[in-house]
Amino acid sequence: MAVTDADVTRAAPRVAVTTAGQRRRIRPARVLLHAFLIGTCLVWLAPLLWAVYTSLRPYADTAERGYVSLPGHLGLSNFTAAWTNAELPRYYLNTLIVAVPAVLLTLLLASFIGFAVSRFSWKFNVALLILFTAGNLLPQQVIITPLYRMFLLIPLPTWLNDTGTLYDSYWGIIAIHVAFQVGFCAFVLSNYMRTIPHELTEAALVDGASVWRQYWKIVLPLCRPALAALATLEFIFVYNDFFWALVLMQSGDKRPITSALANLEGLYFTDLNLIAAGSLLAAIPTLIVYITLQRQFVRGLTLGATKG
Amino acid sequence: MAVVRSSPAGAATRRRRRLLTRRDKLVLALMVGIPTLVHVGLVWVPALGSIALSFARWDGIGGLDTIQWIGTLNYRQIFTIYPPFWPAVQHNIIWLAFFIVVPTVFGLFLAVQLDKQLRGSRIYQSILFLPVVLSLAIVGFIWQLIYAPEQGLINNLLGRTEQGNLIDWLGNPKLNLWAVLIAASWRHVGYIMILYLAGLKSLDPTLREAAAIDGANEWQAFRRVVFPALKPINVVIGVITVIESLRAFDIVYVINKGTNGLELLSVLVTNNIIGEASRIGFGSTLAVILLVVSLAFIIPYLVVYFRGSFSRELR
Repeated sequence: MAVTDADVTRAAPRVAVTTAGQRRRIRPARVLLHAFLIGTCLVWLAPLLWAVYTSLRPYADTAERGYVSLPGHLGLSNFTAAWTNAELPRYYLNTLIVAVPAVLLTLLLASFIGFAVSRFSWKFNVALLILFTAGNLLPQQVIITPLYRMFLLIPLPTWLNDTGTLYDSYWGIIAIHVAFQVGFCAFVLSNYMRTIPHELTEAALVDGASVWRQYWKIVLPLCRPALAALATLEFIFVYNDFFWALVLMQSGDKRPITSALANLEGLYFTDLNLIAAGSLLAAIPTLIVYITLQRQFVRGLTLGATKG
Repeated sequence: MAVVRSSPAGAATRRRRRLLTRRDKLVLALMVGIPTLVHVGLVWVPALGSIALSFARWDGIGGLDTIQWIGTLNYRQIFTIYPPFWPAVQHNIIWLAFFIVVPTVFGLFLAVQLDKQLRGSRIYQSILFLPVVLSLAIVGFIWQLIYAPEQGLINNLLGRTEQGNLIDWLGNPKLNLWAVLIAASWRHVGYIMILYLAGLKSLDPTLREAAAIDGANEWQAFRRVVFPALKPINVVIGVITVIESLRAFDIVYVINKGTNGLELLSVLVTNNIIGEASRIGFGSTLAVILLVVSLAFIIPYLVVYFRGSFSRELR
């Protein structure tokens, strides 16, 4: 995208200037800075490392020696207990059922809006984008009360959901994720698509390519980097959602993993060791995504905040 | 430059309009229509619904015809006799103030440090940013291990685990909001840091060079040149901070369902629909208060943002 290209060219002279200047200047400041950053990073990792340490110790071990002590025994028993007793695989599956269609649909619909707004100038473009972006920025609680009643009133065939309404169904959760997140993605994608030269689609238009063809064959493939970044970010957003499924789903066993944790804590995660193991298990998929796709995730976040 | 570009672009737009077939127009209409319908139907219609229902009394048991319209009674009751309202407002304000003072300033500080050509900057960034991928619900769980009164890390390190002297970080209503804010900041700092880093990277380096040539020291250059140039990102972060402070919900709900010192407006809204007593109108009134506060920040920001970017690129 435009920003990263510009970064590369702009950063180059700066590197030269600062390193040349730095060589001559004081080094102790640098040492101090590294010491400070290493210290901060250790503090930052501490909560997670503490959770890992606690989760690896059986309850009996911590009960005997206290939590802040050297371990008498380390093992994965808390993880296996959390995994099987709380039937975690089911909740991971629930998350997958919601997240995959939600992310794909969000990106598809958002790219429609981005394409229309960036390629064709209408009077409503700005108003439309304000509507979408503002909708995404609203706190969820602003709309939850009527939404909850709407979901109870909207019928759904029983083969789609056994309660016969949108309430307490995967469809409802997918729908609200798509409706809410499409605002953010439309904003980002319209910014991104405006950086694609108009000449490309213009030429295609002169050659008689239909609007759909311009979208599908020309603009969308060029948006791959933005789509990859947004897909990563949106997956994390949907995975981490706690609120929608908490309010819009009644059956605990249908809830995605993040929302399910609230119930599981009382029922199965009865001591701190199990809480540690359970929350780490719930966090692992996002940590894997972070480790493998960190750049995409960060770019997705900053794409929205800086002008594309 | 805008003037030079605008005339051929305008001509092109006119030419393009004529080239569109009826099928093209239908496709475009659907491409705009479907997402708009979904978004408006599930976000803005309920938002308007909140406004309408805020003037009503409804227990949600009967049909829509059992709704009683009671004017501004809900508002008057909330402002005068609803006990958790003012504490919740106060907690939201504290949340906002804390987020502005602590994680925002610290995140900016880290970003400025990491923007210096540092060895290992990437690794520092990765670690500091790590909590951002965790949900606030999981952050709540992880920090329970730290704050737990008898078994938690802090009290054990301080040696205050006896009945008489232990510190109940999450149970004491004078302490728990601050404890939660520290946990939430652990996640928020990385977010702010990465946004400021992106902002710093997009700054024109000649700005800083000019300041250095003029003999400005690091602090002066930051204060007078870099920080003012970060204005667009400051505005974004301001809006994000306000919205996040109003949205805060997961972490307090996980810890004690938002009671006993952790009341927030978002929790009060939720309690009025999934709590024992379903008070649709009352909950909606609280939602409208949230809506008004958030739109007061969102709309001016977006209007300025889009006016600027569109007049530059599309007109």
